[in-house]
Amino acid sequence: MMQGDFDFSVLVDSLPFLWTGLQFTLKLTMVAMLGGIAFGTLLALARLSPIAPLAKVASWYVNSMRSIPLVMVILWFFLVIPLITGTPLGAENSALVTFTLFEAAFYCEIMRAGILSVSRGQVAAGYAVGFTYSQNMRLVVLPQAFRNMLPVLLTQTIVLFQDTSLVYAIGAKDLLKAAEVAGKNYNRPVEMVVFVAIIYFVICSSLSFTVKRLQQRMAIKR
Amino acid sequence: MNYHWNWGIFLEQVKSGDETYLDWLLTGFGWTVAVSLSAWVIALSLGILLGVLRTMPSRALAAAATAWVELFRNIPLLVQMFLWFFVVPELLPREWGLWVKQDLPAKEFLTATICLGLFTSSRVAEQVRAGIQALPHGQVMAGLAMGLSLPQTYRYVLLPMALRMVVPPLTSELMNVFKNSSVAFAIGVLELTFQAKQMQEDSEQGIETFFAVTVLYFICAFTANRVMAVIERRTRIPGTIAGQQ
Repeated sequence: MMQGDFDFSVLVDSLPFLWTGLQFTLKLTMVAMLGGIAFGTLLALARLSPIAPLAKVASWYVNSMRSIPLVMVILWFFLVIPLITGTPLGAENSALVTFTLFEAAFYCEIMRAGILSVSRGQVAAGYAVGFTYSQNMRLVVLPQAFRNMLPVLLTQTIVLFQDTSLVYAIGAKDLLKAAEVAGKNYNRPVEMVVFVAIIYFVICSSLSFTVKRLQQRMAIKR
Repeated sequence: MNYHWNWGIFLEQVKSGDETYLDWLLTGFGWTVAVSLSAWVIALSLGILLGVLRTMPSRALAAAATAWVELFRNIPLLVQMFLWFFVVPELLPREWGLWVKQDLPAKEFLTATICLGLFTSSRVAEQVRAGIQALPHGQVMAGLAMGLSLPQTYRYVLLPMALRMVVPPLTSELMNVFKNSSVAFAIGVLELTFQAKQMQEDSEQGIETFFAVTVLYFICAFTANRVMAVIERRTRIPGTIAGQQ
């Protein structure tokens, strides 16, 4: 197949198949985002806690996740989880666990910056009205930190959405894998790669456009 | 956990030849370093050029540079690898495409390097643009008022300041290049991640394999970090908070 010999008509037939792949990609993004933000916030609290060993463990976890390539992390979890649990987990479930734990390290750093951006007076005021540490965090600090960091959290989610394509390394059936399989079935791999690139591009640029708008709106409000 | 440990595996011969597993990993390390450093050269030169273009008064130039950055930022790196590897040869004239597919030496390495270089260039461009825009507007005006042309103003006034300011974010970008080079396994570059998968299958000693590969990646990231720290110290701008020691 050479120049001028593209055939994009197969795309229509393969749409339902690609949709199942995109569904997994979206599910993986959502699970890793929600789980990652939850666990990441806990990690951030641990990193900022006065209990030294806790802070040390959390920062060790975050730094190691951030210095290993994601592909290697995916391969590590795919290998190690079945060894610990004793049963094979399947590529898709392994991806869900891996991305949640991996992204938590990145969300942690964002939430830590967010918490540090809340003014000291707020914390003091919370304690002054008699809040405990956990009430103070839940009701005063975290809501503000979360709000301040919302655009950054969303930008990280766009990065996460793109990174989910790396589950290719363990053969999980995401959008990219679906495109590859469809490309083989219809013998049109080139068109499929182009099509999938367009899908990623459209989703990511509209998301980043939305984040930019959100950022502008929030900037005016203060 | 039922796992048969064998830390001596690295010195054993691979099943399919007379090399040891250590040879595989060292080859992989070499390719990882080669891809990353060559991609970094492309990323830095193109990224600085694009960053400058994005701050130019010319609307058309700035828009073109913005489009470039958006294009490379909004497609996953792995998909970009496939685009360069499978699609770009099809877009070339017939003979060229055939030549690229059949005769181009070190095809996987070149593809991965170009792809990773251009991908990273869009990120470097953003940092350089931020650096230039962080300078007071008076700097451009002063340069122009002294009779320097716009390119001269960039060369002698803006870039010497901006580039030194963005060394810390460029440090993380350099570390990212090493990490991102792992994606090149997908088009068959014999770099570390490729070797990790190959050795895991061949030796069935996954944990030892991945441990060694992870250590090698750590070494890359750590070295990159230290080298950039030296550059950062040497290029500090006097009179700033960073330069006061």
